[in-house]
Amino acid sequence: MPALAFVTALIIGAIIIAFSDVDSLPRLFTEPGAALSSMAGEVLTAYKALFRGALGSVYAISETLFAATPLVFASLGVALGFRAGLFNIGGLGQMLIGGMCAVWVGIYLDLPAPIHIALTLLAGLVGGMLWGGIAGLLKARTGAHEVITTIMFNFIAIYLVQWLLTIPLFQEPGRNNPVSSPIVPSAQLTPLFGSTYRVTIGFVVAVAAVFAVRWLLFKSSFGFEFRVLGLNQQAGRYAGMSVPMLITLAMALAGGMAGVAGANQIMGLAPFKASPTLAGSVGFDAITVALLGRSHPVGVLWAALLFGALKAGGREMQGAAQIPLDLVVVLQALIVVFVAAPALVRAIFRIKGESERPTQLTKGWGA
Amino acid sequence: MTVTVPESVAEQPVRTRVTAEARRATIIGFVLLAMAAIVLWIFGLGVEPGATSTFNLSLPTDRFQDLAWAMNARTLSLVAAVLLAALGAQRLRRGQLRWTNAVLGVGLVLFVLSFLAWAAAGSSFSLVGMLRSTVISSIVITLGALTGLMCERAGVVNIGIEGQLLTSAFVAVVLSSAFGTLAGVLGGMAVGALLGAVLAWLAIRFRVDQIIAGVVINIFALGLTSFLASRVLSEAQDLNAPARVPGFRIPILADIPVIGPMFFDHTFFVYGTLILAFALQYAFFRTRWGLRARAVGEHPKAADTLGINVYRVRYRNVTLGGLIAGFGGSFLALAQISRFEEDMTGGIGFIGLAAMIFGRWMPLGALAAGLVFGFSGALAQKVAILGTGIPSEFMLMLPYVATVIVVAGLVGRSRAPAADGQPYIKD
Repeated sequence: MPALAFVTALIIGAIIIAFSDVDSLPRLFTEPGAALSSMAGEVLTAYKALFRGALGSVYAISETLFAATPLVFASLGVALGFRAGLFNIGGLGQMLIGGMCAVWVGIYLDLPAPIHIALTLLAGLVGGMLWGGIAGLLKARTGAHEVITTIMFNFIAIYLVQWLLTIPLFQEPGRNNPVSSPIVPSAQLTPLFGSTYRVTIGFVVAVAAVFAVRWLLFKSSFGFEFRVLGLNQQAGRYAGMSVPMLITLAMALAGGMAGVAGANQIMGLAPFKASPTLAGSVGFDAITVALLGRSHPVGVLWAALLFGALKAGGREMQGAAQIPLDLVVVLQALIVVFVAAPALVRAIFRIKGESERPTQLTKGWGA
Repeated sequence: MTVTVPESVAEQPVRTRVTAEARRATIIGFVLLAMAAIVLWIFGLGVEPGATSTFNLSLPTDRFQDLAWAMNARTLSLVAAVLLAALGAQRLRRGQLRWTNAVLGVGLVLFVLSFLAWAAAGSSFSLVGMLRSTVISSIVITLGALTGLMCERAGVVNIGIEGQLLTSAFVAVVLSSAFGTLAGVLGGMAVGALLGAVLAWLAIRFRVDQIIAGVVINIFALGLTSFLASRVLSEAQDLNAPARVPGFRIPILADIPVIGPMFFDHTFFVYGTLILAFALQYAFFRTRWGLRARAVGEHPKAADTLGINVYRVRYRNVTLGGLIAGFGGSFLALAQISRFEEDMTGGIGFIGLAAMIFGRWMPLGALAAGLVFGFSGALAQKVAILGTGIPSEFMLMLPYVATVIVVAGLVGRSRAPAADGQPYIKD
């Protein structure tokens, strides 16, 4: 089923590419044959580049892993939230604040490499936990819905970071624009396969995080309580769990994972500086990855690899075929729609099958 | 959310709720005292003793020129500080629970006035200009809130307002550049309605989680419009030059000082929004259509039993909601910004949802809440120009911080429709 969802998304993506081809579109009525074949050519070039950039060479595979690394961290955060019945769409802000904390540790501390790397990642975790924890605390204390507060905290974080990057504590001397000084080499993530390939040991940490979160969710008592919270809050309260504390903690942990993603964006990527755009689109990609991975840590890992491949391929597509990278975002949204509504895909391909329960990961406003 | 009082709370004895209100009154009392202290120390004693602040009350285009209000900045702040302290102390007395929101509102007005006097000390500041841009920035927020309540009154949560605004803004700009304003607005509204219908289809036919469907619509809209902007608009730049929307000055009313330039000298978008808010208030609470829509949002099963087609009402309301969002997106792109930019909505759809909650799911409440949020945006822009020494980033955060405060319920709780966000399964 996910494969069909993927194919359907690619087909719709092809239609979008074809009909946004400004050169061929006007010719569609005068010489339809030529116009259609030139559109088809465009689509073929684009998707060839997409595949080449994702899996076509050792370098491409390294790029895929490189793009997947922050996605794994940030999506684990979203998935953790889903399991506890919370929809964390504040990944962007949590990445920014986590990144700023990491940059501070990375610039000002002087330690041997392994310890410094660990501490810098930890700083990202703490920063993200604080930022996500505020939204959790507000939800727990006042009931403010996290979907609105986390989005608002994204914007607040953007402006806060823009300001922080202009004060002497962070700003690189001699710069006018908001950019931090680079972190020292001992805090930079080591490349995994030599400096030709951009994938770093960050990927290994990400895979470890997947199993840590799996342990947390399914083997620890905290994880059990989170899942009870997600399934039935009333039951949790009746069983004596402290629901406000669990909500705060779950949002903090979810934010913390996004914060690590933010740290990774500084520590694992030249020029090792913080800027207001350090999070890129990872904060929102993480939502689609977590949905595709059905909020299971291992599912998230595969989904992140798939979307990492799309991203790496998308860059090649942008360079070689001049198709904007944003197409990948469209593909991601489509894949998630088709995965969330399996009946839709069945209707398109006229497959008969018993209706399964639709994905229901969050609760509406009220719950 | 804040908003929903779970049944267990609603059924608690009256005494507990009185205690909660008393706690709120106490908190607001301390907030007012803190504001008094800030007004006294920073805005009052922080300016030159003789500095005069001038608030201009007329625009160069007005009939009555040169209306202005000049005052001594320090005197104004000292008076405001005394009043704030008095209000705060009065809130802290036992048993003062009534009018808490009104007192908070008056306190905020005093605080903002003395802040403006402090910021404009020794120079002049166009107060009427700020109020006018308050109305303009409130339009998209109000339309977003009306979209939200259109859907939620019928029991469907619409988180996809942001995406509906963004997509309709894009379509409106392209069509307006090619065929003129009317085509732009109609196209924008059509596309908004289409996305509304998609949301309804996913939520009702496929029972996809409504919040997920909305978020996916947002992501899809952001990706698609950015993709098309860099692939099409960057090559055909004449498609990103929408026709100018003509303004219409309402005779006589537009000549009233302050009120005239605020409300009666605008494009048809602004008049349309004001009329729509009043019309929806009437429609929801005085017509059969409104009663049926609310019944579907509160208790779909009962509505179904009485022969109301729940699915049809939901499809229709969510699609109409999209239509309103399309009108908002067209306004944003054609009249307010006058071009398309990637991610130009910047969270307005979500601020609209907060305005819907703040306005307690009432159309006129949405209008008032939209004005409050619009004011915080206008204030941020104008004060950033004045150059007060406050980093502009902090001023620009203001609308978002205000939204968090509102949804956190510091300004009172309200109740969502009972069946909001729950799919209805017909037996």
